[in-house]
Amino acid sequence: MIKYLLRRLGYGIAVLVGVNLLTFFLFFSVNTPDDMARLNIGGKRVTQEQIEKWKTERGYDKPLYYDAAQAGSQKFTHTILWERSISLMLLDFGRSDARQAVNIGHEVKVRMGVSLQLAVPLFVLQVIVSTAFALLLVFFRHTRIDFWGVVLCVLMLSISSLFYIIVGQYFFSRLLRLVPIGGYEPGLDAIKFLALPIVLSLLSRLGGEARLYRAMFLEEVGKDYVRTARAKGLSEPVVLFRHVLRNALIPIITSAGSYLPYVFLGSLVFESFFGIPGLGAFIIEAISGQDFAIVRTMVFLGAALYVASNALIDLAYTWVDPRVRLS
Amino acid sequence: MPSFKIVVLWTDVALWAMFAALLGYLLRILRQPHVRVTWARVLRDAASCCAGVVLLLFMAVTLLDSLHFRRALDGAEGAGATGQQFYSTRTESLLDLLLARQVAMRETSYSAPLAYQGFNKDNISEGGEVRRDYPRLQFGGAHLRLPAEQWAGDVLGRALRGLAWGLLAVLLLGLAMTAALAAGHGGWRRALQDLLRDRTHYPLRAVLLTLAVTALLSGPSIALMDHYHVFGTDRTGNDVLYQALKSIRTAFVIGALSTLATLPLALVLGILAGYFKGWVDELIQYLYTLLTSVPNVLLIAACVLMVQVFLDKNPDLFETGVERADLKMFLLCLILGVTGWATLCRLIRGETLKLRELDYVQAATAFGVGPLRIMWRHIVPNVMHLVLITTVLSFSDLILYEAVLTYVGVGVDPGMNSFGGMINLARAEMSRDPLVWWSFAAAFGFMVSLVLAANLFADGVRDAFDPRARSLRPRVLGLAKIRKA
Repeated sequence: MIKYLLRRLGYGIAVLVGVNLLTFFLFFSVNTPDDMARLNIGGKRVTQEQIEKWKTERGYDKPLYYDAAQAGSQKFTHTILWERSISLMLLDFGRSDARQAVNIGHEVKVRMGVSLQLAVPLFVLQVIVSTAFALLLVFFRHTRIDFWGVVLCVLMLSISSLFYIIVGQYFFSRLLRLVPIGGYEPGLDAIKFLALPIVLSLLSRLGGEARLYRAMFLEEVGKDYVRTARAKGLSEPVVLFRHVLRNALIPIITSAGSYLPYVFLGSLVFESFFGIPGLGAFIIEAISGQDFAIVRTMVFLGAALYVASNALIDLAYTWVDPRVRLS
Repeated sequence: MPSFKIVVLWTDVALWAMFAALLGYLLRILRQPHVRVTWARVLRDAASCCAGVVLLLFMAVTLLDSLHFRRALDGAEGAGATGQQFYSTRTESLLDLLLARQVAMRETSYSAPLAYQGFNKDNISEGGEVRRDYPRLQFGGAHLRLPAEQWAGDVLGRALRGLAWGLLAVLLLGLAMTAALAAGHGGWRRALQDLLRDRTHYPLRAVLLTLAVTALLSGPSIALMDHYHVFGTDRTGNDVLYQALKSIRTAFVIGALSTLATLPLALVLGILAGYFKGWVDELIQYLYTLLTSVPNVLLIAACVLMVQVFLDKNPDLFETGVERADLKMFLLCLILGVTGWATLCRLIRGETLKLRELDYVQAATAFGVGPLRIMWRHIVPNVMHLVLITTVLSFSDLILYEAVLTYVGVGVDPGMNSFGGMINLARAEMSRDPLVWWSFAAAFGFMVSLVLAANLFADGVRDAFDPRARSLRPRVLGLAKIRKA
C-alpha cells in the first residue's frame, strides 16, 4: 500500500514536471516573451525599451533554457525555465502579467472558496440525482417509461448548456423574479445566487450522466448474482439498491471522479454567465486578457488536481470493492 | 478572362477530401459483405436511419457552402494598368449565390420574424413632418402597399403555397418510393400498403416522414424568404435564417475535422503501445496522461492564443479576412485533434493488448511476419469498429464544445458565422425589453436538430458495431417490432 502510494506520487510528480515543460514550451518558446510584452502593452507602436522594461519588471529578461554567460550550475538556474518551474512547484504563483497588483496565489485562495460553494453541492446533487434517475429507468426497464426516459436523456444531452443558462435566466430571474440574475454575496446570502446555476448545471449534465449510469446498471442487472438474488425471493427494490447499485459503484466513481478537478477549478461557463467570482471566471478573464502567468498557473493547478483526484479514485475503489488491491 | 476566381480554403479541401473518403468507404462497404451486414443494421433502425437522412441534408448544405469564389470587378476599377484583373474582396460560396437575395436584404436593425416594420421606433420624416413610429422595413414586406390590411393575407397565402409545394414534393417522393418497391412487393397497391404500414425491409415510412417534415417546414420558408425575414434580422439588420444556415458549415467542420484530426495519433500510438508493450507503452501512457491531466479548455486556450500570435506574425498566408478566419478554424480543428486523442488512444491500446494474444496473431508471428505487417493486416482492421464508434460519438460533442469555446473567446473567428457566436449575441438580446427571441430560437432549432441527429445516428452505429451496446437499447417488450430479414 505504502509502496503503491509512493509510486503513485512519483508518477504524479513526473506528470506535473511534464505539464510544466509543455506549458513552458507553449508559452515561452513558441510565443516569446517579446510577443507577450507586445500583446500586453497593446497598441500599434511598441518600442524596444518598453518591451525590455516590461520583461525586466516580470523577470522575463533572462535566457529561456540555458545561460552561457553564467558559471557552473548557474548556467541552468539563471533561466526563466528554472525560476518559473521551481516557483510553480513550490506553489508560489507570483503576480499576474497584465496587472502587476494581482497576486495570483491570494486570488486563487479567495476564489477557490467561492468555486467550491458552487461546485460541491452541485457534485453531490449530480451523483445523487443521476443515480436516482438511472435506477428509476432500470426499475421500469422494458416499459414505456424506460423508453421515453432514454429519449428524454438523448434530447437533454443534445442541448448546449448555454441554452439552459439563457432560458433559465430568462424564466427564473426575469419573468418570475425568483432569484437575482447574477452576482454573488458571501455568507448565507450566497444561496440565492447559487441556486439557479446549480439547478441549471444539474439539468445540463443530467441527460448524459443518467444514460451512462443506466448502461452501467443494466450491465450489472444481467449478471448471475442478480438472478441468484431474485431466486432467493428478494424484491426488486432490494435487488437494485443492495446488489446492483453497490456493484455498479466502481464505474460510477470513475465517471463522477473525472469531474473532481473541475469541482475545484469551477465551471468556466456557469461562473462567468452568473457573475460568480470563482476560479472559472478568473480563467476566462485571464484568457480574454491574454494573461499567460495566470493561464499557466491554472494549467499547473488543474494538472495537480487531476493527479490527486486520480489517486483518490483509486483509494475509493478499494473502499467500495474489497477485492481491489492496490499494488 | 473568367469573371470569377475560385478560392480554395483549407477547410474546403479538408471537407471535400472527407467527402471523397466517405464515398470511398461506401464503395468498400459494398464490396465487403460482413461490413455491409453491420451497416444494413444501422439503416434498418428507424431512428438512426432518419437521423442519417437529416445529417445528409445538413451535409449537403455544408458542401454547397464549401465551394468558394471571388467575383471579378468589372469596368475601370477591375482592370489594372497592366491589364491585370482585380477581384472583389468578398469571398462567396455557392450557398451565398443561392441565397443572394437574403444577403442583399439587409435592414438597418432588429426586426421580428416576418415583420414589415422595424422593431424599434425611429424618427420618420414625412412631408416635412417628423413623427416617431416603427419604420417600414427596406425589404421585408416592401411589396405591400397597405401593409396593415394586406400583411396577414399575403403571409398566409405565400405560406400555404409553399406548403402545397412541399406537400407535392412529399407525394412525388412517396410515389417514387412506391415505384421502387413495386417490383419486390408484388404490384403498386401492395407496395403502397406496405410502405404506409411500415412493412418494408428498410424503415422507409420513417424516412418519408422525416423528409415530409423537412419539406413542409422548408416549403413555406422558401416561399416566404424572398419577401420577408423568416427568422427576423439581428442588430445590424442581417437575415437570421441566412446566418443559421451559414453556421451549419462551421459546426460541421469543427465536428468532423477535429474528430478526423484525432485519428492518426490515436490509432498509431494506441496500436504501438498495445503491441510492443514495455517502455513504448509506458512512454505513450505517460504522454496521454500528460494531456488528459491538463484541463482541456485551458490547453486549447493556450494553443489558440499561440495561433493568434502566429497569424498576426504571418499576414502573407492569407489574402482576405475570410481566408484568415478559415485558416484559424482549420488550426483550431488541428488543436482539438492534437489535444483530444487520449480517450480513443486508451481504448485502442486496451483492444490491441487483447488482440495481440489471440491465436491468429500468434500464428502470424510464428510464420515470421514482421510487426508492421501484423499491425496493419491483423490489428488495424480489428480496432476499426472502436474508431468508427468513437468518431461518430465525438462529432456531436465537438459541435456543443464549439459553442462553449466561442463563448470563452477561443473558438472560431468572431467574423465567422457560428452557433456559438449566435448564442453569444442572443445572450445580450434576451435581456432586452421587449424580448428579441428569434436569433436564439433559430440557433436553438438548427443546433439541436443537428446535434440530436448526430447523437441518434451515433447510437445506431454503436448498437450495430458493438454487440454489447445493443442490449442497452431501451425496448418495450411485447411492442417491439421484429423485422424479418
